[in-house]
Amino acid sequence: MEFFKNAVNWASGPTVLFTLSTVGLLLSFKYTQIWSKKVAYIFFAVFALVYFTSMLDPNFYLIVAKPDNVPITFVLFLVAFFTWYAMYQGVENDKRIEAGEDVLEKQEQEKVWVWPDLVYTELLCMVILGVGLMVWSILLPAPLEQPANPADSPNPSKAPWYFLGLQEMLVYYDPWLAGVVFPTLIIVGLMAIPYIDTNPKGNGYFTFKERKAEIAIFLYGFLVLWVLLVISGTFLRGPNWNFFGPYEYWDQHRIEPLLNVHVSDFFWVRGLGRPLPSNPIVREFLGIILVLFYVGVLPVLMARPREKLPKFLQWISLNKYFQKMGPARYYLGVILFLAMLSLPIKMYLRWAFNLKYVVAFPEIFFNI
Amino acid sequence: MEKVWSAISGAWDATTESQVWKSVFRHGAVTSNRNRVLVMMSNVFLHLHPVKSRKAGIKLRYTWCMGGITFFLFLVLTFTGLLLMFYYRPTVQYAYSDIIDLGEHVPLGVMRELHRWGAHAMVITVWLHMFRVFMTGSYKPPREFNWGIGVILLVLTLLLSFTGYLLPWDQLAIWAITVGSNMARATPLLGTEGPLTAALKLGEINLVNSGNDARFALLGARSVGENTLLRFYVLHCVGLPLAAAVLMAVHFWRVRKDGGISGPM
Repeated sequence: MEFFKNAVNWASGPTVLFTLSTVGLLLSFKYTQIWSKKVAYIFFAVFALVYFTSMLDPNFYLIVAKPDNVPITFVLFLVAFFTWYAMYQGVENDKRIEAGEDVLEKQEQEKVWVWPDLVYTELLCMVILGVGLMVWSILLPAPLEQPANPADSPNPSKAPWYFLGLQEMLVYYDPWLAGVVFPTLIIVGLMAIPYIDTNPKGNGYFTFKERKAEIAIFLYGFLVLWVLLVISGTFLRGPNWNFFGPYEYWDQHRIEPLLNVHVSDFFWVRGLGRPLPSNPIVREFLGIILVLFYVGVLPVLMARPREKLPKFLQWISLNKYFQKMGPARYYLGVILFLAMLSLPIKMYLRWAFNLKYVVAFPEIFFNI
Repeated sequence: MEKVWSAISGAWDATTESQVWKSVFRHGAVTSNRNRVLVMMSNVFLHLHPVKSRKAGIKLRYTWCMGGITFFLFLVLTFTGLLLMFYYRPTVQYAYSDIIDLGEHVPLGVMRELHRWGAHAMVITVWLHMFRVFMTGSYKPPREFNWGIGVILLVLTLLLSFTGYLLPWDQLAIWAITVGSNMARATPLLGTEGPLTAALKLGEINLVNSGNDARFALLGARSVGENTLLRFYVLHCVGLPLAAAVLMAVHFWRVRKDGGISGPM
């Protein structure tokens, strides 16, 4: 039992959990047969069993059963279920398309009366949901802590759960990026999706094969970069925003040494063995070049045809999409995509090298 | 038994044939196609729907009813929120004790529970609705614009939940809002600790300071306090719900105008 708990604690550490989720998701796109009913039953049974027997562990129970964390259990199970349900239907439709049949949605094209066929479904949904909400409300009182006291800040202080993805981002990026620029980009990016995505297929039915790239990017962003961060932010981030495994006690006094270094330290101090230059622009020149390369040069390189890139860089070519989408859509899409990927990139740089800032101008609060 | 039954059915017939009933429901029993049309057309709530719909589009396995559930939750929240407004005063002095009273002294004291759990549920169902719309490619032409409206509705839902989070005025509330609103301090140009803000100077005077930056605009003060509570209350009860209601009207109308629930061409 202890061994199992330690293993879970280890596997839910940010590095391992994030990597496992990413790899798992990517594998599930390659081996789509795992989106079957059988796998779903087994996965659900095992996961639910482990999750609910874990309630016997006092540390686990303390966090999961906290009233305002109860919705996160719903998030966990509902998002998992509906992801499976969407992918399952997509994979089933892909089989039909491969066999030359119509997709399921196309087979049921006949028009039916909205009264009663739809109105009754809606009524039933309303009744079930209304009863469910009542039961939930009677069984579980809404949380109310001590009266507000501006002099006593709790540790950890957490934003409402749906913003914990952003709060988790604060570990890796400064507030102007994590709290302002990235949320703006998320909203703008979501709104831009229909104008960037020119693939006419997969409109109005579940499919995976006909929209692989779109679905892969969206699921990665939604499941790994949003929902996973919300869940780990709720259950696994304790005092001082330190990480705690699900069976670990939230020790207020645990101190984790942070040795954060900047790109400028790597270059000047560790690389050249000399002190940091006093001119900030000179000090940060390498970081500035790296960032400009990432947002300015990389998209242009990726637009080039494979053969025109040096051999070791051929894999980054997105020339196919550049041809299909045209320059405006391509550049908007790629820059949003790179902005999204900048989060995991920074995460891994932090975990691997303790890197804090690529560009650091603390004088004017401009740190990347 | 038979007598009872015939009495009931007699009473039912008398009711549905009365002038009152007929003045409310203009159509007869919904047994003919003509009346299936009329029931949808003569009811202001039902007429949001089309009269007929593609079979595949109205299946639960396709829509998951998530959009409908979200709207239903919005109605539940409006109703319970209205009841809560009878008892709750948005001042530092009363807010917390009013919340206590709501649970302890108000009959049927689950209104706050319904409101809070319903609000959490609404955030989840909005996400799942968007997720479904994405996975069925329903944002593709001709529905691009309505997807954009949906994104704004998502933001409004989160803001509604965020502003409501402060109102109980407990430790959970003020510190969550403090953490959330601290980020506004870092807005480029508009926050005191934002990049480039220091460049906005007139001589020696900083144009943006903690008394006029983006965070101050959000909180109405330098820290979460009385003004913030009032500001969030007004936004939560009036401003944001009105904006959401207007956009929902556009959203539903466009669902119809863009060809109803999406389906394969």
